[in-house]
Amino acid sequence: MDEILRGLVHAIHLIVVRDPALFEIVTLSLRVSGTALLFSTAIGVPLGALLGLSRFVGRKLVVALLYTGMGFPPVVVGLFVYLMLSRSGPLGALDAPLVPSLFTPAAMVVAQSIISFPLVAGFTMAAVMGVDPQLRRQVRALGATRWQTTWAVLSEARTGVIVSVIAGFGSIISEVGAVMLVGGNIEGRTRMLTTAIVLETRKGNFDLAMSLGVILLALSFLVNIAMLYLQGRTFNE
Amino acid sequence: MTESVYQVRGLTKAYEERRILNVDRLDVYRGEILALVGPSGAGKSTLLRLLNFLEPPTTGTVRFLDVVFAPNHPMPLPMRRRVTTVFQNPVLLNRSVYANVRYGLSLRGQDDASDRVMQVLEQVGLDRLARQRARTLSGGEAQRVSLARAMVLDPDVLLLDEPTANLDPYNVGLIEEIARSLNVAQGTTIVLVTHNVFQAQRLAHRVGLLLEGEIVELADRKTFFEMPTDPRTAAFVRGEMVY
Repeated sequence: MDEILRGLVHAIHLIVVRDPALFEIVTLSLRVSGTALLFSTAIGVPLGALLGLSRFVGRKLVVALLYTGMGFPPVVVGLFVYLMLSRSGPLGALDAPLVPSLFTPAAMVVAQSIISFPLVAGFTMAAVMGVDPQLRRQVRALGATRWQTTWAVLSEARTGVIVSVIAGFGSIISEVGAVMLVGGNIEGRTRMLTTAIVLETRKGNFDLAMSLGVILLALSFLVNIAMLYLQGRTFNE
Repeated sequence: MTESVYQVRGLTKAYEERRILNVDRLDVYRGEILALVGPSGAGKSTLLRLLNFLEPPTTGTVRFLDVVFAPNHPMPLPMRRRVTTVFQNPVLLNRSVYANVRYGLSLRGQDDASDRVMQVLEQVGLDRLARQRARTLSGGEAQRVSLARAMVLDPDVLLLDEPTANLDPYNVGLIEEIARSLNVAQGTTIVLVTHNVFQAQRLAHRVGLLLEGEIVELADRKTFFEMPTDPRTAAFVRGEMVY
């Protein structure tokens, strides 16, 4: 209990004194997870909408793969990305400018995008399928194009779509295995909040680890509040 | 009432080999109210969906103001936007009443239309509820929003698919009155699908009976109700048709 209280006090202290190391870790965590979330939203929301709105050959297989992806252990994703990007791996060996190197923030973005996009797509699909099917016909009858119809359905499913993005964010901001593998927890380069917590705990610095944990929780809370606020601002009329 | 808005020829619609609709010939004239009556499952709503170009026919054509709608020949968007439907169940967007009514105009890029929206809301008696969430309305109010949403577009043709089913007499009267005044004041062509013969009698200039996907009789109101030529029409009008 003492560690928790000390952690809380220490967290407040670090924030008040604007500890540079802490701010670097927080900024990197937000930058990596934020970028990964952008990618996974850009891929996951359209894919979820497509799966929810249309029927095509192979759809069931794609859905089954998606559900598998939703439950995929992040550390396995990390291992997969590690093997792909390592110098002897199929992508790493290419040495192409667009392929990120291991132990860089870009490699962590790749891993986190792979972890979160099935969640974004899967929850979006469920949300879209939950919209009254008659709505599409009604919107078409009012003169909507195919894209306007899709947008109308997504707008109606907005709560579910926002939840999908929040779930995607939650799965990566708190993730440690994959970023540890592909990022390496290098101080000043790839050290994230979660990897720093693991490191400080191992070193016995429980109050610092706890303070980082408190900051991680607070950050997650603030991002979710911001998303919910955005949801209201975007769609309420 | 001589100019044809629709010319339907040899129109069929089948789902998984099962033929739902088989209309050899049907003309809808500009400025008329045409009522299509018939029992449930007769193909009335299917015909309406085809008249709104929402799904392609299996065979045959629908000529709308000289533009042909046929299998593999979709109706161009500007033409499709000259027709709209009010369905039996008003599916409203989870937004305000005002936003729902404005929606069709937004689709057309006409965002600056608040006066028009409020004017139509006034016509259906819902201007005071403009800011209310549409999903909090009663069934009758929701259907009036649905009607306002269609009216605001000033369509050439308004398709009404059982618009008053399950509504109370007050709202039935109100919606019928709005439809009648739209037809008289603005010359809007209306195709009304209903299984309520009394409603057809109150509103329509011409009435058609659909049975098992086919139009068995189509005549002016007086003839249809007083001197039907087909015994099935006579039975339907007398309420003797079991369905």
